[in-house]
Amino acid sequence: MLKFFFTVIRRDVLLAARRRGDWLTAQFFFVMVVSMFPLGVGPEPTMLRTIGPGVVWVAALLASLLSLDRLFADDYRDGTLEQMLLSPYPTSLLTLGKAIAHWIINGIPLLVIAPVLGIQFNLPNEALWMLVLSLAIGTPILSLLGSIGAALTLGLRGGGVLVTLLILPLYVPALIFGAGAVEGILSGTGSEAQLSLLGAFLMMSLLLAPWVSAMALRVSVE
Amino acid sequence: MTPGMLIANDLACERGERLLFKNLGFELENGEALLVRGGNGRGKTSLLRILCGLSAPAAGVVRWRGEPINQAQEQYGREMSYLGHANGIKDDLTPVENLRLAAALGGRDLDMATATTALEQVGLSRCMDIPARVLSFGQRRRVALAGLMTAGALLWILDEPLTGLDVNGVAMVEQMIRDHVVAGGMVIVTTHQPLALDGLTQKTLSVGD
Amino acid sequence: MNLYYYASPSTFYPLAGKLIPLFSALAFILAVVGLYISFFVAPTDFQQGEGYRIIFIHVPAAWMSMFIYVVMAFWSAIGLAWNTRLSFIMARALAPTGAMFTFVALWTGAFWGKPMWGAWWVWDARLTSELILFFLYVGVMALQAAIDDPRRSDRAGALLNLVGVINVPIIYFSVKWWNTLHQGSSVSLTRAPSMAHIMLWAMLVMALAAWMYAIAVALVRARSLVLERERQTDWVRALLEGKP
Repeated sequence: MLKFFFTVIRRDVLLAARRRGDWLTAQFFFVMVVSMFPLGVGPEPTMLRTIGPGVVWVAALLASLLSLDRLFADDYRDGTLEQMLLSPYPTSLLTLGKAIAHWIINGIPLLVIAPVLGIQFNLPNEALWMLVLSLAIGTPILSLLGSIGAALTLGLRGGGVLVTLLILPLYVPALIFGAGAVEGILSGTGSEAQLSLLGAFLMMSLLLAPWVSAMALRVSVE
Repeated sequence: MTPGMLIANDLACERGERLLFKNLGFELENGEALLVRGGNGRGKTSLLRILCGLSAPAAGVVRWRGEPINQAQEQYGREMSYLGHANGIKDDLTPVENLRLAAALGGRDLDMATATTALEQVGLSRCMDIPARVLSFGQRRRVALAGLMTAGALLWILDEPLTGLDVNGVAMVEQMIRDHVVAGGMVIVTTHQPLALDGLTQKTLSVGD
Repeated sequence: MNLYYYASPSTFYPLAGKLIPLFSALAFILAVVGLYISFFVAPTDFQQGEGYRIIFIHVPAAWMSMFIYVVMAFWSAIGLAWNTRLSFIMARALAPTGAMFTFVALWTGAFWGKPMWGAWWVWDARLTSELILFFLYVGVMALQAAIDDPRRSDRAGALLNLVGVINVPIIYFSVKWWNTLHQGSSVSLTRAPSMAHIMLWAMLVMALAAWMYAIAVALVRARSLVLERERQTDWVRALLEGKP
């Protein structure tokens, strides 16, 4: 059972490695969206510092959504998804594995890029660390909740935009707690509460999301 | 007499609001092949998807070794192999990688030698190390068939296995089915092409008349 | 068994047909009474003047928007658990009404905000949650509309609805908390200054009217969904041929 789980992760990472172009698109999207904001609101350092955490977090949500509509779609098209659904293991293990693989492929690079973007927004060192930490706890939530949306919209026309519509409202708590943690450092009010709440939200997503997206996958494939 | 290994009772299937078939039933035992017949759009594929557990029937139940298949996912998953319209292979991986990955996902270990042998048997000895994306449609079908052989399942559910295959390929599939059934396996197959399965215990089932 | 009897579309259809006029009439009467109390009986608020009267629409609409989402989730859960088609139809029939009430709550909130705070929109915790609730409604309806197969459409919508209903309290909590951290807008819609009894009554009557309206409209919508889904069956054919 554990072997199946790790095989799912290994498989998706391997496939992403074979298609580096697709993978890089989402990362560059993240960088570009964040870089557009100073152009839109002006280069004033204190203003940038105020909006910085929120901007990086919103861009992270969008970047994660961008790559989500292909989470199950490619496997659905070539029939490998059917084969995996027919495997002797619970489907929730499959969806959990795929969500974690999505996080490894798309979430971890964001953690590496985010501090660099934070510097552009004039964030102090401490806040940069907090940005990375909050993204480290928060981005798995994005992958987990996103897998529900990807499963629900599997094979639909305009699935990509639809995923955004379905899932963005569900991301709200992650955005508030995540960006709030960084702001807590900036304003000196501390960010322990935000981090614990973000962690709690992660635990809940970890428990429920794979299960729901397994049901959604069954409904969609039928 | 023990009842059949695979029993379908009173199956009905709806697509959209249309009833494709109802009151469909059969029993299948070791060493038997079931040929599913019916014109286009009559619900053959839907029936096979119900039988392998991908879709739920609108009514009725499918049992494997006496248990409804949706409650015996673990056992049924090990003992049944399904080959659908899509080949279920990844374009970015080589045929060998595809076979080994599929085996690992099914909870089996497949060593290099066995995978290579299976691919040689389906006539792909020259294309083992190139990505599946450059293979022709028929060749990819052959990779899927090699996967079927290495899966070692008792029950094969094959949806149009002959699509895209040349004359040799068709003969190969016929031989595969014959060997499998003679060895005590079970096969459920749909096809629009003639399939020579003489000498086997065959059943036929017509869908949607 | 009794339950299954009413869950059958062919029994539901005529029954709903009889109930619709009843609920419509109740909605109409209650709305007239409620509006009369709100506009002529309830006293003018000494702080907020006449403008406050919009709460008689705003508050019931906000109540209904949340309530309907929960009712939808209830039907969705029943549908998924027992595979009853009528439950899915009820959930689907309620969605547009819920979205409408959410929209009304937002709209009237803006109208109320202008005289009270001097701004059409304030990122108040309740208004923000209401906005996100509106997004959730839109998501469910968009998903249902995008799927052609009714069976899949029903189930997918129901699952999303359930995920949403688990999330709503978390979203509400997070938004409220976010709001208290950002001290900018400390004005709250909730702190109604010692409301007079009569005002509360007007609000309750209006809420009841909205409730009856929601039931009536949902039944109308459910009836047409039933006809559409069951158009292949004998009883619908008989019904349609019976009426030349």
